[in-house]
Amino acid sequence: MSTTIPMSITVDGERHDLAVDPRTTLLDALRERLRVTTAKKGCDHGQCGACTVLLDGRRVLSCLTLAVAKDGSHVVTADGLATDDGLHPVTEAFLAYDAYQCGFCTPGQICSAVGAIDEARRGMPSAVTADLTGEVTLDRTEIAERMSGNLCRCAAYVNIVSAVEDAAHGTAPRSSTLEAQA
Amino acid sequence: MKPFTYARPAVASEAVTTLAADPDARFLAGGTNLLDHLKLGVVEPSQLVDVSRVTGTAIEELADGGLRIDAGVPNSDLAADARVRERYPAVAAAILAGASGQLRNMASTGGNLLQRTRCAYFADPTTPCTKRDLSQGCSARGGWARYHAVLGTAADGCIATHPSDLAVALVALDAQVQVLGPDGARTIPIGEFHRLPGDDPTRDTVLAHGDLVTAVDLPATTPAVRNSTYRKVRDRASYAFALVSAAVALEVADGTVVDVRIALGGVAHKPWRATTAEATLRGRPATDDEFRAAIAAELDAAAPVDSPLGGNAFKIPLVTGTVVSTLRALAGGAA
Amino acid sequence: MTTMDARSMGASVRRIEGPDKVTGTATYAGDTVADGTLVLHPVQATVARGEITAIDTAVAEALPGVVAVLTHRDAPTLGDTGDPEHRVLQGTTIHHRGQFVAAVLAEHAEVAAEAAGLVVVTVDEAPSTTGFDPDGEAYAPSALANGQPADSGAGDPDAALAAAPVVVRASYATPMEHHNPMEPHTTTATWVDGRLEVFEATQGVESSRQTLATLFDVEVVVHASHVGGGFGSKGLHAGTVLAVLAARTVPGRPVRFALGRRQMFEAVGYRPATLQHLSLGASHDGRLEVVAHDVVGATARYKEFVEPAGGSTRSMYAAPHRRTSHRAVPLDLDGPTYMRGPGEAPGSFGLECAMDELAVALDLDPIELRVRNEPEVHPENGLPFSSRGLVECLRTGAERFGWSSWDRAPRRRLVDGWWHGVGVGCGTFPTLRFPGSTAEITFTGGRYVVAIGAADIGQGARTVLTQIAADALGVDVTAIAVEIGSTQVPVGSIAGGSAGTASWGSTVVEAADRFRDKYGENPDDGDHADAATPDNPWAGEYAMAAYVAQFAEVAVHADTGEIRVPRLLGMFGVGRILNPTLGRSQLQGGMVWGLSMALHEESVVDPRFGEVINHDFAGYHVASNADVRRVEAEWIDEDDPYVNPMGAKGIGEIGIVGVAAAIANAAYHATGVRVRSLPITCDDFLTSGLLSP
Repeated sequence: MSTTIPMSITVDGERHDLAVDPRTTLLDALRERLRVTTAKKGCDHGQCGACTVLLDGRRVLSCLTLAVAKDGSHVVTADGLATDDGLHPVTEAFLAYDAYQCGFCTPGQICSAVGAIDEARRGMPSAVTADLTGEVTLDRTEIAERMSGNLCRCAAYVNIVSAVEDAAHGTAPRSSTLEAQA
Repeated sequence: MKPFTYARPAVASEAVTTLAADPDARFLAGGTNLLDHLKLGVVEPSQLVDVSRVTGTAIEELADGGLRIDAGVPNSDLAADARVRERYPAVAAAILAGASGQLRNMASTGGNLLQRTRCAYFADPTTPCTKRDLSQGCSARGGWARYHAVLGTAADGCIATHPSDLAVALVALDAQVQVLGPDGARTIPIGEFHRLPGDDPTRDTVLAHGDLVTAVDLPATTPAVRNSTYRKVRDRASYAFALVSAAVALEVADGTVVDVRIALGGVAHKPWRATTAEATLRGRPATDDEFRAAIAAELDAAAPVDSPLGGNAFKIPLVTGTVVSTLRALAGGAA
Repeated sequence: MTTMDARSMGASVRRIEGPDKVTGTATYAGDTVADGTLVLHPVQATVARGEITAIDTAVAEALPGVVAVLTHRDAPTLGDTGDPEHRVLQGTTIHHRGQFVAAVLAEHAEVAAEAAGLVVVTVDEAPSTTGFDPDGEAYAPSALANGQPADSGAGDPDAALAAAPVVVRASYATPMEHHNPMEPHTTTATWVDGRLEVFEATQGVESSRQTLATLFDVEVVVHASHVGGGFGSKGLHAGTVLAVLAARTVPGRPVRFALGRRQMFEAVGYRPATLQHLSLGASHDGRLEVVAHDVVGATARYKEFVEPAGGSTRSMYAAPHRRTSHRAVPLDLDGPTYMRGPGEAPGSFGLECAMDELAVALDLDPIELRVRNEPEVHPENGLPFSSRGLVECLRTGAERFGWSSWDRAPRRRLVDGWWHGVGVGCGTFPTLRFPGSTAEITFTGGRYVVAIGAADIGQGARTVLTQIAADALGVDVTAIAVEIGSTQVPVGSIAGGSAGTASWGSTVVEAADRFRDKYGENPDDGDHADAATPDNPWAGEYAMAAYVAQFAEVAVHADTGEIRVPRLLGMFGVGRILNPTLGRSQLQGGMVWGLSMALHEESVVDPRFGEVINHDFAGYHVASNADVRRVEAEWIDEDDPYVNPMGAKGIGEIGIVGVAAAIANAAYHATGVRVRSLPITCDDFLTSGLLSP
């Protein structure tokens, strides 16, 4: 076993001090060490997006990140997006549009969507942006491309795009489009 | 995964010294490719030297009108840079065609150039691979070779392709790679940076152990480069490696090709500058027939492989179609 | 006979577990947190056939952090389930590459993986066959995977073909495909005081319990609160047995085994490859005289599973002369298994493409061809249909899709460098009800607690059972609390065969009827009733199945051959949709599976190594978000009083059926290139010489 290295990390607002094997990924540190299981392991090789978290505000894959390399950083998972005002608008939109089925890829989808909306607001283009020097309009084609790093085998893609579209444009319904379940 | 130690030097020179002192050490930058390979057992380093905090993250103007991109600039920031988008659209487009939003946030400019092939046999240590081990043969020959090389290969040798999209655009644009090595800094033209497999397919680039990419310089833009793009053909609409890709820059005046640059991805062990096609096209009418003749000349030397599990002969018409349609689009109404 | 009145059924009630799923707090099998949990990493065979002659575990055992290394030498003799896949560490014979031959238990994942790499397995390798050769040694199986006979027929198909005025003969190939649910198969097992508790990624807690109890002769409790997709792959596979073998050696300590993605290609089943020979003979006016569907499919040498690819051809179209046959080619691979639309998904590709080719040969609208061959009764067993909406689906779907606005001739529409075309493909999936569930209803704290060991694998069982219970008890959904996903509630059958809702729902309705009979409208706290799954009195009287007409628009790039699907419409005849939002989600998901099957999915076996070489998500593509554009799932009004009290046909699988054919037919319409092998990729068009205008 390797010598462990001390580090600290803030996850969903809570600071943790721990010592990790240098081989430990951020995903394994979250799940196995800190017992934050909201980020999921779908492939462990950067090919599915289920482990997506927001690392210092940007969406990244926690499975391809060494924990030790992120000493002092801030991680937000899907569970940490909520505020005192309630669920995050993207989270609300996923509920409202039934943008998930089995739910396993969903925390990663939601973190990715939060990151993608932010990237678009900052004017970052995508592969389907027609005019690289123009404004970015987050339409369905743009959303689908920007969300393509998150595979969903239940294939809730149509509803995921609807949810992100609504959340991005600030019109996410508060579960009002569907009959709420008590 | 075998144990390794982890070092985080404060400055680039220290990183180079640390790495050079340990023949089994590896640099760690974005980690998107290295961690994959660590988990697969493709590489088993003794030490990781984290350079993510020593390579810069700036994009600066050069005196000659070019841009210097620090090796630590994340792919997504490079693609989003307004100067890059306006002056080097092929560079932005190439990055955006690759990987996913998350991976582009993580991957660095330097690391992108140093990606290793996605050949399935290379990534599976239970199968022979001459790129992993010179004493072994190439399993892709006679195997799943759909994604493999058609240009610059040698009989029975490695047929892996280089997976980077960015590098293809940089090759088309004649970028320069700034390197800090144990013996100091040097500049390597991007066209000389990546290697053909030759007699040592284990080496993707001309870098020696301890060499650290510190920056990539883009030369001043030109009318052709301003009119450049990157076209990637893949089986899936997104989040997939290229079957074939092309970085193309074109300047047309009065229906005649004044300047053209073509680099191909997914066809060779390195990004392939289509110099024959370029030379054939310069001064010729910007028409489909001329485009087709030019790329046909380039592909004269192609050697596709046949395989019961999927060969790659289709890449010949695919390269042709990709390049012709891209040139046609860049020529606008001229074609 | 009538279906139940619907108040909650038919409403878009939101998924009950939704808030847990969107915040990530829903717990899957790998999300349990308990002190002392050990991690298992397997050692796997690297050859397809052979005998283990030695295993050296010394170096691995000496690694700090390693708790145990398991091999066949110290494994107990397991009980016999009849499934060879469950005989884990029971001997030295290697049946397939990837077979578990040892396992390391360690404190941390990094150490377990490292130690597994230090176990040295010496094998005497034997010759193997792992590549599917449809012309290779094949045998006639005694039955298909679903228990149906391998062959069926009527009349004299060969003579009828010889005499038919218009004949289409063609062969269609479908590849090996892997389910790849996003959640890899995971087991967290604890063996304590002669009792085994398992958190399992399973489509059926009770079937898992029974299997483990048989294997280990122990009291077993299985939990599966949330399951990250299954699609047929989440029966009980060798990995679970391995995890329990390990747990048995460390009583009191939880053992976790989460498969890696590569292991998903060698240890949990797949859809086997098929080659389908279709022969259709018709009169000039498009009446089928003969339908013959002869299938050669792969199976595993050590575990037979014959994909019933010709099965749905037995009921789709009327024809006096008919034949289906299945032959199996045994391979030294792990066992195939059910995968979404088993039989129907690949089989509809063959039949529905052949129907399209026949329509071309007849110069007849492919929709009209199908309408002309609609059977009045089941063509093989003569039963009347409980309901059969195929023609209405075709007509309604065509109208909605704008079918008539397209010129029927191929290669007519070139838009911005892309050839566009449209195609149709049809499908069916049987409406089943599995016996053996028990539902218990208890009135407590002002709510009705409805308990049944169902599994919610993303299809929405928790939510839909709540709606069914509410209507069966005549109360609002807010008065219902459904408890599922554990063997600590009454027995539930599996989530499979598109029969979960029908089976559990019928049981819940029966229990609700009994509860109301006993206690009326105003029960007292603690009142309870239970019921077993009632038999369907109409079984054997009617043929019961769901139907779909799938419409696709396809675009093929004129220079590169890239193929995209801008539009899919599925028009379904599936009885009552119990929850339109969830139902639409599931049907759309199935349709995207069809798209993914059509354009992306293929497991490439390299016979030199006996393994699937594209064994990850970079090599094995499933549709990404960008591949999916407009996908619409709609349904006709269909009142079927015979299938079950809810009037609902299963919808888990019908969504995928017919899509690949619709896409292939649309690709032909777009380009004039007929592709008869899946997946359809750019090379199919590039090598045709037909692309450029």
